[in-house]
Amino acid sequence: MAKKLAQIDKAVCVACGSCVKVCPRKAISIWQGLYAIVDENRCIGCGICAKECPASIISIERLEVGA
Amino acid sequence: MKKPWYEYMWTVSALYLILGFFNILFAWLGLLCFFIPLIISAAKGTKAYCNKYCGRGQLFSLLGKKFRLSRNKPMPRWMTTKWFRYGFLTFFMIMFIQMIIVTVLVFKGARGLSETVKLLWVFRVPWSWAYRITWVPAWVSQFAFGFYSVMLTSTILGLITMILFKPRSWCVYCPMGSMTQLLCQVRLRKYEQ
Repeated sequence: MAKKLAQIDKAVCVACGSCVKVCPRKAISIWQGLYAIVDENRCIGCGICAKECPASIISIERLEVGA
Repeated sequence: MKKPWYEYMWTVSALYLILGFFNILFAWLGLLCFFIPLIISAAKGTKAYCNKYCGRGQLFSLLGKKFRLSRNKPMPRWMTTKWFRYGFLTFFMIMFIQMIIVTVLVFKGARGLSETVKLLWVFRVPWSWAYRITWVPAWVSQFAFGFYSVMLTSTILGLITMILFKPRSWCVYCPMGSMTQLLCQVRLRKYEQ
């Protein structure tokens, strides 16, 4: 099944948490103060986080996810 | 739904900047925003300060989004690179150390107290009106002027990038944010060993 999901470029993420605050599905969390991670089961690919991210490193991509 | 208390930390940040206009000694309180994030990162290995409590981030969010003062455009790529982040951190620390040296010189009596706030590391702005409690040792006031300069300068930079780019652009190159993230990295590496 293909699904729209937020993809985070972990290498440049500053872990500021802006995306966590705006996610309407509480799908994002900051892992160990290093970078943001997306819960693929919760993410609906709405793109609100991508718009919010000050570094603009979140993209919305159509990805195949396991059934 | 009631907002949690920490969502109002922006008032503390705003109040801090305002108090510095009335009495420079309030600048000392700013040390809290230096030590609390570092302590949280060192003790817990998280960036909870940035993620939840940072009043400055909230202030930029509020001004940029609610007051629509931000263009909401992506930052230039070079500003999001590690080179720029750590380069800015290095520059910021050098300037910070210089400020400490000036404080030490005043403590030793080798320099007189300068009742000015230095904006953007270049412009000396007379600030004598906020020098009200004159009986404290000169170095205490010198540090206050120096530290308030650091805080006001970084707020101005943050405001400029808030207007030009996304509201919380400051977070991308915030020296505190870089330091706490580095601490989290070091902590994790130690934990893994």
